[in-house]
Amino acid sequence: MSGITRAEVAHLAKLARLTIDDEHLDHYAEQLNVIIESVARVSEVAGDDVPATSHPLPLINVMRADVQRPGLTNAEALSNAPAQEQGRFRVPRILDEE
Amino acid sequence: MSKTALLMDFDQALERFDPVLGLEVHVELSTNTKMFCSCSTTFGGEPNTQVCPVCLGLPGALPVVNEKGVEAAIRIGLALNCEIAEWCRFSRKNYFYPDMPKNFQTSQYDEPIAFNGYLDVAVPTDEGVMPFRVLIERAHMEEDTGKALHQGGATGRIHGADYSLLDYNRAGIPLIEIVTKPIVGAGRYAPEVAKAYVAALRELVKSLDVSDVRMDQGSLRCDVNLSLRPTPQDRFGTRTETKNVNSLRSVERAVRYEVQRQAVILTDGGKIIQETRHWHEDTGLTTAGRVKEEAEDYRYFPEPDLVPIAPSREWVEQLRASLPENPALRRARLQAEWGITDHDMASVVNAEALDLVEATIAAGADQAAARKWWLGELSRIANERGLGLEELAITPAHLARIEALIADGALNDKLARSVIEGVLAGEGEVDAVIAGRGLALVSDDGPLLAAIDAALQAQPDVAEKIAAGKLAAAGAVVGAVMKATRGQADAAKVRRLLFERLGVSE
Ligand SMILES: [Zn+2]
Repeated sequence: MSGITRAEVAHLAKLARLTIDDEHLDHYAEQLNVIIESVARVSEVAGDDVPATSHPLPLINVMRADVQRPGLTNAEALSNAPAQEQGRFRVPRILDEE
Repeated sequence: MSKTALLMDFDQALERFDPVLGLEVHVELSTNTKMFCSCSTTFGGEPNTQVCPVCLGLPGALPVVNEKGVEAAIRIGLALNCEIAEWCRFSRKNYFYPDMPKNFQTSQYDEPIAFNGYLDVAVPTDEGVMPFRVLIERAHMEEDTGKALHQGGATGRIHGADYSLLDYNRAGIPLIEIVTKPIVGAGRYAPEVAKAYVAALRELVKSLDVSDVRMDQGSLRCDVNLSLRPTPQDRFGTRTETKNVNSLRSVERAVRYEVQRQAVILTDGGKIIQETRHWHEDTGLTTAGRVKEEAEDYRYFPEPDLVPIAPSREWVEQLRASLPENPALRRARLQAEWGITDHDMASVVNAEALDLVEATIAAGADQAAARKWWLGELSRIANERGLGLEELAITPAHLARIEALIADGALNDKLARSVIEGVLAGEGEVDAVIAGRGLALVSDDGPLLAAIDAALQAQPDVAEKIAAGKLAAAGAVVGAVMKATRGQADAAKVRRLLFERLGVSE
């Protein structure tokens, strides 16, 4: 099976907004390959007749009635925020898209 | 600052290119609670007061699907003639932007709840009304994002901002995204088709009573995809996606603009960049946003915290049976029943008075009278007060009662307006207002004849003219009688009594 390449690590890093310098790209590619190979062993056990699952329990249609329940107060909601202003979460400048 | 794009004359662009449209419409549902948690969806609350661990994406919080959200999605799907999935899942759409604190939006990816439908629309063109079928690719469930305020920039936009402030009250409110298949064959009517589609979709969703569908308030939002190709036989060209198109008029303008902009680039041998463009309502221009190829890696995967939705066929059929009459068909039916022109029907629809007029007729009023009150006096009052017609404190039953009294000769239009004023002012039901304000018409002949005699005595020349056959002169006497009775006389009756008195026939 084909492994994770340097280029793919660089792409993932970009999507995750992580700065990874050149010398570490190989390092992470190697580590990710170990993880992927380990997980891939599961495929050796599960044949083509076993569909991929998204949930461990065979449940469907778990729904709730459209009834409001109290949530958090503003103070509770913001209690773990590193920064806040005007009752809102304050975050660093968002990457310029315009 | 964005530079102004070069535009080709629209007709010229259409001689050289065939437009292909795609429309994505987001409908915000008017459920009581959010899609995956029990927080309130009420608009306009203090920031971050309608939030909980689920919609704030706190570790360990688990979402549960809102049954009403699923029901609304199925009803919209059925109204759009879609197939309803027997089994489908939610997916995580991963992206890095602080408007979703989870770092993903819960959406549906390759398993939408509704798919393969269509919506028939009537497109007004200069050659008459053109029927057009828009094919629907899918309608799926997802959630709205939070709201960001950008601080420190000159314009409140991301560009140049120092930091941003986030309010997550809106994060998690249920959205249904409705996506068309590529719309081909619209030709030079592509702008009109786009507008007619969004208008018809809005009317349809409104009839289902699942959303306010207010474009000005963001409960219905439209993104316009557009590409050009040299001829209808060619492959689709590269498309752009224009976001933020938030009025029906803008849908039409945005399509027209993008046709004209792309035509210049392609004619000059350039390439269209696959990008997101932002529509600016004030200037009628679009500016470039994200380049798609780079950003569109959302790494969708099935949401492990939610179980699949498998709507039973019984439930689907029950919902299908409870769908209201298709609004376009209903309009055609009512127009035929009332026997009115296209123009008159359009006036009723544009005044958003269709339901009220229909109910007033059902309560016993004549169709012309029902239209007259709702489109005239009541529209004027609603407009003055900045209210919708349905917000006025008067009902179709009130109007039907007023109309019945007019038919009996107990009220005239002038008195009826006073009755309406009284009902709106909370003075009680129609008969109570009439009694309270002393508005009943003078129906005894005695007082009317006395007033007629007094008027004739005051204007002897008028009596002579009428006797000589100049019936138009009667207006002066009728006017004097109306004045003497402070408007509480039936003018037609006064006229008849006057002619009887003078021994002339009409
Ligand atoms: Zn919540």
